[in-house]
This record gives sequence, C-alpha cells and structure tokens, in this order.
Amino acid sequence: MTGYVRPRDLDEALATRAAHADWMVLSGGTDLMVNANHKPIPTGILDLWRLGELCFVKVEPASIAIGAGTTWTEVQGHPVIADRLSPLALAAREIGALQIQARGTLGGNVGNSSPVGDSLPALLALGAELELASVRGRRRIPYSDFCTGYRKTALAADELIVAAHIPVPAAGTKLAWRKVGTRRAQSISKVMGAAVITLDGDRVVSARIGLGAVADRPIRAAAVEAAVAGQKLSEAGDAARAAMRSSIKPIDDIRSTATYRREVAENLVARFFAV
Amino acid sequence: MKVAFELNGQPVTVEASPWKRLLDVLREDLRATGTKEGCGEGECGACTVMMDGEAVNSCLVAVGQCDGRTLVTVEGLATGDVLHAVQRELVACGGAQCGICTPGIAVCAAHVIDRGLVAGVDDATARVRVRELLAGNICRCTGYQLIVDAVIAAARSVQP
Ligand SMILES: Cc1cc2nc3c(=O)[nH]c(=O)nc-3n(C[C@H](O)[C@H](O)[C@H](O)COP(=O)(O)OP(=O)(O)OC[C@H]3O[C@@H](n4cnc5c(N)ncnc54)[C@H](O)[C@@H]3O)c2cc1C
Ligand code: FES
Ligand code: FES
Repeated sequence: MTGYVRPRDLDEALATRAAHADWMVLSGGTDLMVNANHKPIPTGILDLWRLGELCFVKVEPASIAIGAGTTWTEVQGHPVIADRLSPLALAAREIGALQIQARGTLGGNVGNSSPVGDSLPALLALGAELELASVRGRRRIPYSDFCTGYRKTALAADELIVAAHIPVPAAGTKLAWRKVGTRRAQSISKVMGAAVITLDGDRVVSARIGLGAVADRPIRAAAVEAAVAGQKLSEAGDAARAAMRSSIKPIDDIRSTATYRREVAENLVARFFAV
Repeated sequence: MKVAFELNGQPVTVEASPWKRLLDVLREDLRATGTKEGCGEGECGACTVMMDGEAVNSCLVAVGQCDGRTLVTVEGLATGDVLHAVQRELVACGGAQCGICTPGIAVCAAHVIDRGLVAGVDDATARVRVRELLAGNICRCTGYQLIVDAVIAAARSVQP
C-alpha cells in the first residue's frame, strides 16, 4: 500500500517530510509522472499540489516572492512578473505547452534541477534566493549555491522548497531571455539563457548572465560578465561572443553536438547585448 | 485509497492506489474511454482532461491528487445532445481522421475557446495563437490545418 498525505498546511507537510524521508514529494507531476506506469511504485506520496502556503505571488517594492507551488500558467499570467521579471515570465511561456504549464511548478523545476530546466538560468541572472523549510526551521540560500552538480541540490532530506525571492531590477535595467530548441513549443532546450544588464547611458556597467544546457548544471557566464563590464553596449556583443567561445564545455549528446551548442551559445549571449 | 471527485457533473468514488494514473482510472475503473493514451509522457496531449478548470495531461496526474477536485473529460463537453461548438466544427471542417488525438484536441480547444483566449483578435493572429495554445496536442493525420480551421470557426461562433 502506497502511503498518501495531502497536508492541510506547511507544518503538516514538513512533519510528514521529516517522518517519511523515503516518500515522494509530488507537486504537478510533470517530471515525476512521466511514464509513471513503468516506474517503481513509491512507498508514499507527500502531495503538495495546490497547498495554499506554497501558491502565492507577493509583490514588494524591492522584491517579488513566488511560492514553490505556483504554476507556469500563473507565473506568465502575473502582470508584475511579466513587467519586472520578464526573463522568468518568458521562460514560463516556453516550458512545455499549455497542459504542462497548467501543472508544472516553480518548485518542481527547481527541485528537479535539470541542466535544461528553463527557469533556472533566469533565477541565476535575476539573483534569486530560495527559501527552504524543515521542522528544524527556515533558511534562505542564493539560487547560485543551490544546484551543486548534475541534478544535485543543497536540499536536505527533510526540507521543502517554499519560495523564490527575487530582487526587482532597477528601472532601466536591460532584461533578456532566449531559448533555442527544435521547435517553438514543447521542446527541450539546446541552449537557453537570461541576462540582467545594468547600463549607464550606452555603457554596460555590469551584467549577470545565466545559461542552461551548456554544462552539467545551470551556470553563470562569469567570463562573459567580466568581458562586457565597462564596454560600450554596441561593442559588448562581440566581447561576449569571444569570451563565450573560450569558456564553456557544452555537453555532447544524442540531441546535439558540443560544437553546435557552443556556436549557438555564442550567438545567444551576443544577442543579449543587441541595441 | 478512496478517491472522490466530480466527473462531468456527477460525483464519483473509486478505490485505487493514489499513484495510479488518472488516465487509467478513467479508462479502466470508470470505463470513460473517450480519453486516449498516446505517449504516457506528457508530450502528445491525447489524454487531455480539465481539472479544476485547467487543461492537463491525465497521464501525468496521480489519482490521489484528484480527491475533491472537478474533472471534465471529452464525454462531458456536450450539453445533452448538443455538441460543444468545437466538436461540431471538428466534424464540419474535417478536423478528425483516425481520431486518436481528437478527444484531447476537443478538450484543449474547448478550454481555449471557453476562456476567450482567441477572442477579439483578427484571424491571422488567432491562427498563430491557436497553433501555440494547441502545441501540446500532436496529430499524425490531419496536418493541423483543418483543426485550426475548426477551432477558429468554433471560437467565432461563440464570440464573433
Ligand atoms: C512534455 C513535457 C515538456 C516539458 N518541457 C519543459 C521545458 O520546456 N522546460 C522545462 O524547464 N521543463 C520542462 N518539462 C519538465 C517539467 O514540466 C518542469 O520541470 C516543471 O516545472 C516541474 O514541475 P512539477 O510541479 O510538475 O514537478 P514534479 O514532477 O511534481 O516534481 C519535480 C521534482 O521537484 C521536487 N519538488 C517539487 N516541489 C517541491 C517542493 N516544494 N520542495 C521540494 N521538492 C519539490 C519533486 O520531489 C521532484 O523531485 C517538461 C515536462 C514534460 C512532461
Ligand atoms: S498520453 Fe498523456 S500526453 Fe500523451
Ligand atoms: S486524426 Fe489521427 S492523430 Fe489526429
């Protein structure tokens, strides 16, 4: 018999998580339920779908908090996210198709921590912090410290993801998102990324660039960020391309060769600086 | 476990493992075989049903998650003998051939139309939008053109 708990509140969810470390934590199921009828039956299910304390968007002047249970349909439909955190809203629009977006959640994308998770480069570039909770208490960690390797995360065995806290970029910041896949919708990314670029007139003061599908985990493009700082915007694209060329080791797999991915990644970062 | 939900307006109760796919509960336990399985991976949309007003892939829903929720399948789109506008237009436009994808297309398109997601735009924009909104429904037969025709015609008949 498979155990099943649909917690009334977060406290019950955390207590269940602590008591049953071997249970599956299930949210929208769009990762976990793929081919479910051919998978081993879980010992138990902790069902977080629509848990009230995880389904919210809270807008404050300096930061926006998005609950882990928020779906991609809800993220893309939120006017403030679309306006101030556009890379995340645009990523949400390209995750799977309508049916996947209605069930797939932010917490699930973060928890699954795939190198091709589309929201993850946006969280990196936007400087998001994750709020984690367990019966032991709550903590916050920068998203950049969360994914520690190929599908490895800093989440403890008794913890749940509660929310992402995202600082609102200052007005005038250049925001960009781009995904390259085999078709517009429902495709796994070849390369995707997000950029948050601080400008002073026509000069790049600093840039944060998150990339996915170019390494075993989502990464910041540190070499590109260093190369563009202080450059004129019109010249930053070429600088970004050159820095990209020498700094990544993309994966070589059945979907694309490393050479192809590198070239696409170069074009992608160069375009972030298009005037 | 015992799972109770509303299916096409009727209360139903099933005894099933919470891990069983909603798709299998519909087809095997409730004999509501309108909903089809294509891929079992969330890619094809043949298994699309409405859950609490959203179009979802029933192959990716664990039935335990359905307790207390409201479900609509292709069997619930018509009102008595009167088909939903999109069902009527799929027939009229020739938007169905082998029919495997059709229940999922009908449910997803009904959601798109009933939510007004293609209302108030010109035909060219509506066609692009329909293709994007139905991108999670794969059809091996029709080439999509006639499906898009049917969805637009249905949308126009509801909200001109
Ligand atoms: C056809 C298809 C297309 C897809 N396309 C894309 C795409 O284009 N881009 C993309 O990025 N992804 C894509 N995905 C993957 C998936 O939809 C996303 O990763 C989605 O965000 C997962 O959310 P979920 O709630 O469904 O996760 P689930 O499957 O419920 O869970 C995923 C993981 O996260 C963990 N988890 C969930 N919530 C929490 C929490 N609150 N605390 C701790 N752990 C948690 C689970 O334990 C599990 O390990 C696709 C999937 C399918 C089937
Ligand atoms: S059977 Fe569910 S999406 Fe294909
Ligand atoms: S009619 Fe055959 S798959 Fe669409």
